[in-house]
Amino acid sequence: MKIDSNFNAEVVPPPSAGADAPEVRNYDVELVALTKTFGDTTAVNSISLRIPKGSYCCLLGPSGCGKTTTLRMLAGHETVSDGDILIHNRNVTDSPALNRGTSMMFQSYALFPHLSSLDNVAFSLKVRGVKKEERHARAMEYLKLVQMEKLAHRMPAQLSGGQQQRVALARSLITRPKVLLLDEPLSALDPFLRVIMRAELKRIQAELGITFVHVTHSQEEAMALADIMVVMNQGEIMQAASAREVFERPTNAFVAKFIGGQNVITLADQQVAIRADKCRIAEGLGGRELKGEVIGTEYQGNVVRVSVRTEEQGELAALMPDSRFFSGPVKVGEHVTFAWMPEDEHKLSADPKAAAAA
Amino acid sequence: MRDAGMPRPASYYFLSFVFTLFVLFLYGPMICVYILSFQGPTGGMSFPMQGWSLHWFTVLFDGNGRGVGDIHNAFWRSMRMCAIMAVATMLIATAAGMSFRRRYPGSNFVFYSAIVSMILPGLFVGFGIALTFNIFGLKSDWWHSGLGAQLTWSLPFGLLIMFIVLGRFNPSYEEAATDLGANSRQRFLYIILPIILPGIIGITTAGFTSSYQEAARTSLNVGTGNTMPMELTALLGMATTPVMFAIGTLTTLFMFTLVIVTLVVVARIAKQRQLRLTRQSA
Repeated sequence: MKIDSNFNAEVVPPPSAGADAPEVRNYDVELVALTKTFGDTTAVNSISLRIPKGSYCCLLGPSGCGKTTTLRMLAGHETVSDGDILIHNRNVTDSPALNRGTSMMFQSYALFPHLSSLDNVAFSLKVRGVKKEERHARAMEYLKLVQMEKLAHRMPAQLSGGQQQRVALARSLITRPKVLLLDEPLSALDPFLRVIMRAELKRIQAELGITFVHVTHSQEEAMALADIMVVMNQGEIMQAASAREVFERPTNAFVAKFIGGQNVITLADQQVAIRADKCRIAEGLGGRELKGEVIGTEYQGNVVRVSVRTEEQGELAALMPDSRFFSGPVKVGEHVTFAWMPEDEHKLSADPKAAAAA
Repeated sequence: MRDAGMPRPASYYFLSFVFTLFVLFLYGPMICVYILSFQGPTGGMSFPMQGWSLHWFTVLFDGNGRGVGDIHNAFWRSMRMCAIMAVATMLIATAAGMSFRRRYPGSNFVFYSAIVSMILPGLFVGFGIALTFNIFGLKSDWWHSGLGAQLTWSLPFGLLIMFIVLGRFNPSYEEAATDLGANSRQRFLYIILPIILPGIIGITTAGFTSSYQEAARTSLNVGTGNTMPMELTALLGMATTPVMFAIGTLTTLFMFTLVIVTLVVVARIAKQRQLRLTRQSA
């Protein structure tokens, strides 16, 4: 989509004193030992992160892991207890929300209930004194980007969840943010719509080429979207890497379990992760074997998940193609051999804190 | 749940009976007043009706003074105070409500002291204010001690309504507005005010009606001119004709009109938003 480059309502403030801004910018967002404490509790514990230019970054973790607090600090809706936030090489730690070049999309969308979609999208132009005709024309452009131009005059209450979200997205994008912040944007949608909107978010991010920081507790969502996936737990970053890297080489047991599809096994004081799809229910393959009892089989279409309880390692799971499963099906209660190859083991680091520093 | 065709339980008939009694008790006497206000010219202050007429309304407005005392001036004095009180209550309650969204040192004290004046016996509040003015050698008058005394009554109500209105206000609207670059003035004007406008109109009406009916605090502090409730109390003592009932009927009509106008205005605000939308999408 074409965005009118003559539009100069965006005021770019000069770099703050002390910040040495290099000519070439590699990162859109940098967090330096960022900390947030609420009284005695530490919500975010000295996290450091660099988000490369124009990337889709997902902050992933269970509830209470500090991901939303991190996002709100980025947006300027939460004060920073310690550390720094840099956006486009400018230290914005103490800047008001307005001057950061961020725009936030709220979990509940927070569309103004008394304004039409069009006026909601045009709001940021209105407060900057852009004339009605111009701001409506520009708002329409952005509504087109999210395919909502036909419902421009509807009130938020007359829109479905997915439509409200599109309007909220347009309302954020019209401020031409350097970084768009999304707080669990898909959690209010039904699963079917979630998949559609997810693709839509990715398309828009790619089209605009700006960085999106997306908070989610769904690993599936993060995997589908993220260029850089940041797994958080208890206020710390467990791993920050590409989705593939996180899935294939989780740094510790928490990441392996949270991402799913992994078996975490302790072999002589060394924790290893083995992808469930590399595990087999078979004997004599020449790898490692454990005896166990089948406690569940779950048909998932192209794959079947077999859960096995073993004496030594507790509950393990094997994912196998449906053809292989049905050529020699196992039943619940059956005693089987759970097997994997040593080369499929991925060593995990024991200490999460050590992993966070990496 | 009762299935269709099943007999109603006995409790239904008992409770219906109690409810009917309650409604009769509540509105029966007032209906008597309304009916009696249309008493014929020769009729008295009780049933039976001696024909029907608008005679007593004419007496009230002709102003030949028969049994209506200073009611005309009292009405306009009341209107003046009500109008000022409505605006003052609305402004102060809105400002206070906004300030209470953030905790500040002493906010609890301010809140409870406002609420306490609602439960204190009105006569003593009024007496205390009158006494204080007296100690300072000030002569009570409607525009200072009178308005002040009435504020001790209407303001706590206004504040409580405002707390409810703002309590339902989703703070993420304001955060979103901040995020989109609105300053505090723009946030208030473009976002908060339009959303809470029906509540503000409600507070204005509540300020108006509570001022119109307040007598305990007002009577000792209003100075020389009586307001409506005071004048009516005085008239009741020496009433000899149904002109009192005519006043009752008109006052009721007046208050009903006010409430209905408020409701219509609030409904219109909602409807206008709908209209604007259908017009634009047409």
